[in-house]
Amino acid sequence: MTFEEIKNLLVAKFGPEVILAENLQPLMPYVLIPKEELAAICLELHDNEQTYFDFLSCQTGIDNGPEAGTLEVVYNLYSIPFEHSFCLKVQVPRNTENEPLPEIPTVSHIWRSADWHEREIFDLIGIQFSGHPDMRRILCAANWQGHPLRKDYVWPEYYHDIKVPYEKHNEDNGFKGERW
Amino acid sequence: MPEVTSKYTSYLLQAEPNLHDVNTLQSGEMLINMGPQHPSMHGVLRLETLTDGEIVKEVVPHIGYLHRCFEKHAESMAYNQSIPYVDRLDYLAAMNSEHVWCMGVEKMLGLTGQLHKRVEYIRVLVAELNRLASHFVAIGTYAIDIGAFTPFLWLLRDREHIQRLLEWVTGARMLYNYIWVGGLYYDLPVGFEEKCQEFITYLKPKLVEIQQLLIENKIFVDRTANVGVLPLDVAINYGCTGPMLRGSGLKYDLRRVDGYSVYPELEFDIPVGTGKMGTVGDCWDRTEVRALECDESVKIIEQCLKRLTTDYKRSPDFNPQEMCPKKIRPAEQELYFRGETPRGELGFYFRATGKTDIPFRSHARSGCFSNLSVLPEISRGRMIADLIAIVGSVDIVMGELDR
Repeated sequence: MTFEEIKNLLVAKFGPEVILAENLQPLMPYVLIPKEELAAICLELHDNEQTYFDFLSCQTGIDNGPEAGTLEVVYNLYSIPFEHSFCLKVQVPRNTENEPLPEIPTVSHIWRSADWHEREIFDLIGIQFSGHPDMRRILCAANWQGHPLRKDYVWPEYYHDIKVPYEKHNEDNGFKGERW
Repeated sequence: MPEVTSKYTSYLLQAEPNLHDVNTLQSGEMLINMGPQHPSMHGVLRLETLTDGEIVKEVVPHIGYLHRCFEKHAESMAYNQSIPYVDRLDYLAAMNSEHVWCMGVEKMLGLTGQLHKRVEYIRVLVAELNRLASHFVAIGTYAIDIGAFTPFLWLLRDREHIQRLLEWVTGARMLYNYIWVGGLYYDLPVGFEEKCQEFITYLKPKLVEIQQLLIENKIFVDRTANVGVLPLDVAINYGCTGPMLRGSGLKYDLRRVDGYSVYPELEFDIPVGTGKMGTVGDCWDRTEVRALECDESVKIIEQCLKRLTTDYKRSPDFNPQEMCPKKIRPAEQELYFRGETPRGELGFYFRATGKTDIPFRSHARSGCFSNLSVLPEISRGRMIADLIAIVGSVDIVMGELDR
């Protein structure tokens, strides 16, 4: 199925208000959907006999930066039997320092591969996935501060008394270069 | 920011706390920590294992010990400058990763299909050589994991030949930076085609030897058949790709499915697991698929060498950097591009803003990240010794897993 057909199928099933925006860029067109409908749409795309997206290729979290003020998650779906693909996007507002992290419903009950991908997005971008069975950090240390792939991320000065920024690390610690 | 509190006093456990609590274990249960520093963990993987006697009740993989912020780095440098970092993701198959990265960027620039055929054939040739080397390490270290030492030495001996060939081409043994966006660093050195053909002639009987020495060996079959059975639907749901998925019996290879580069012009088969020694999708099937893929790579290399000495032979006019753009600035767009590496689907998600040479975001979807996530599912209820066999058969490279 083409992108247009899959989109029409979604409109027929969930109504036209489910497509918040679409981008018809030639290489990878995508639709933006509301996060409340995400789990239902994904389940429909997974179960519908015409689409049958059985494979979640990739799930990417993106921070659009403080000016845009949004975080987004991109879902690249692929159907192994039909050999077609589809791309979905969900956007949530960015949280400031003292607000709780934004939430997006999980799809890990539909594709188990989303389990680790969502943990990675939580770790690096800072989005909570509600309904996820095991929302822990996966790549960074459990007591790491902040979410490194945020555009306004600042490196901590110290981690367990180890200096983190490495510029001038040697000079700051009294190392004057090799002496032969 | 609020201070993260922890119930542990040890820095190591604060950084990576156990999921299970030692104080709430039931009678007979024991919490065993495997790794991160152990040869059978293939790098720095840590498995927190809840056992009951010899039986594994639950496995919790702890990863991230080799996290090197690839994606953060890639957000601060131009596309071509990231290629050495891409090499270091899957350091056993650097050529394959480079190939995928460069094809992705070329697709955004609209260069796909415009490169000289000799460039494309050289790329496929070196990528398949690297795939052979990578599978040799995978099979060899797997043999060591379950107690066979000889195949490891034999395979590493043959891998050494490949590394010397690639060193001759690129100047480096493992991390090449050879494939560039829009071309190659150099043409092949003079005389390479003949030497490579010589190596392939030498290698063919060695592959048969490995098949007889290891794959069909009674001890090996007993250790791996019917162990770690991964059903096909579970494999697809967990996003497994590469030999993991093909071992479960699905003929799914992106070189054929997507048909990128010059793969549609080449003849090769896609080996799948058949359950010859046990059940479809067991550890033996996965290893067999890797061994058979070596034969297919040899076929591809021979065809490439034939084309590179006839249709697209060396000429003084050929400039491998002819199509390399001086300025790599794709128009504003997003793209997910994927390719087949020895460990499955390697995908890169790019977002270009059209205003700078630097990607706004580039995300790597690594094959073994998803492949390893199925580990708790297939090792539950098995023996501890089988757990080692299962981890080995997944064939993880922590560089790619942790990025």
